[in-house]
Amino acid sequence: MSGHTISLRTYYLVFLALMAGTALTTWVAFQDLGWLNTPAALVIAWGKALLVVLYFMHVRHGTRLTRIVAAGGVFWLLILLGLTMGDVATRGWLGFPGK
Amino acid sequence: MQAEAGAPARAHQFDTADQQKDASTLGMWLFLVTEIMFFGGMFCCYLVYRSFYPAAFAAGSHHLDILLGGLNTAVLIASSLTMVLAVNAAQAGKTQLIVVFLILTILLGGVFLGVKAVEWGHKFADHHVPGPSFHFEGANAREAQLFFSLYFAMTGMHALHMVIGIGLLTVLAVQARRGKFTAAYNTPVDLCGLYWHFVDLIWIFLFPLLYLIDRHAN
Repeated sequence: MSGHTISLRTYYLVFLALMAGTALTTWVAFQDLGWLNTPAALVIAWGKALLVVLYFMHVRHGTRLTRIVAAGGVFWLLILLGLTMGDVATRGWLGFPGK
Repeated sequence: MQAEAGAPARAHQFDTADQQKDASTLGMWLFLVTEIMFFGGMFCCYLVYRSFYPAAFAAGSHHLDILLGGLNTAVLIASSLTMVLAVNAAQAGKTQLIVVFLILTILLGGVFLGVKAVEWGHKFADHHVPGPSFHFEGANAREAQLFFSLYFAMTGMHALHMVIGIGLLTVLAVQARRGKFTAAYNTPVDLCGLYWHFVDLIWIFLFPLLYLIDRHAN
């Protein structure tokens, strides 16, 4: 297979980082950061997701094609979320029904 | 052309065994991309309705048990570790160790589902299940029902994926016990690992989005 193996030590470190991230996001949720609470939670979640994808799912040492496909999935998701929220957020701007 | 015992021969369209492995991995990733969009649809629904009714979503979120949700998050992350250790064992050719780690992963997955069943039981008892018997204290009961609809839809779909994953892992464990996987051929373990990590990924987003809304105001 594609050569590179990740060390056991790296796996354990990633595991600890994921656990720490979970504790962190729970703690942050109880702090009043105003509007920053949600972005903070999302940043931590995406950070944990990146660790899982890169190390547990081996994308760190994967082929370029694998990376493009994985990134493509995220890109398509962002199209779905971004354009839908764009529609929702701009409703009523033009002042006539349906717009 | 005849591969070693236990490893399938290289199919004719591939030049090398590595290329065959890469093609299998690509196939699983393409499936996972469809799953990203599948769950993405529900995340999109969540995004829209939370933006419409933030107070109702926060109120609904406060009725979810953070301890159980957090525990489940830890359990799933641990199961991802045991899964990756199973793949690692396969790469190292330690066939019986694969079985040990697969069984651990299955057990942790079972714990997750058990805790989820307890949580859902609480929701049934509290009358927070959308439908005729729904009852929610507070001004935004109607919108809170939206939150709980999403809660059950998303955690339910996630739980279904876990059940399927446990089924796959059970088949893998039986095959591993029979010595099917070696350092030269462990593609099914690898691919099921990718699926399992993906299910963990979904939960990594579900936990803060469902359980941790506006908790500082609690």
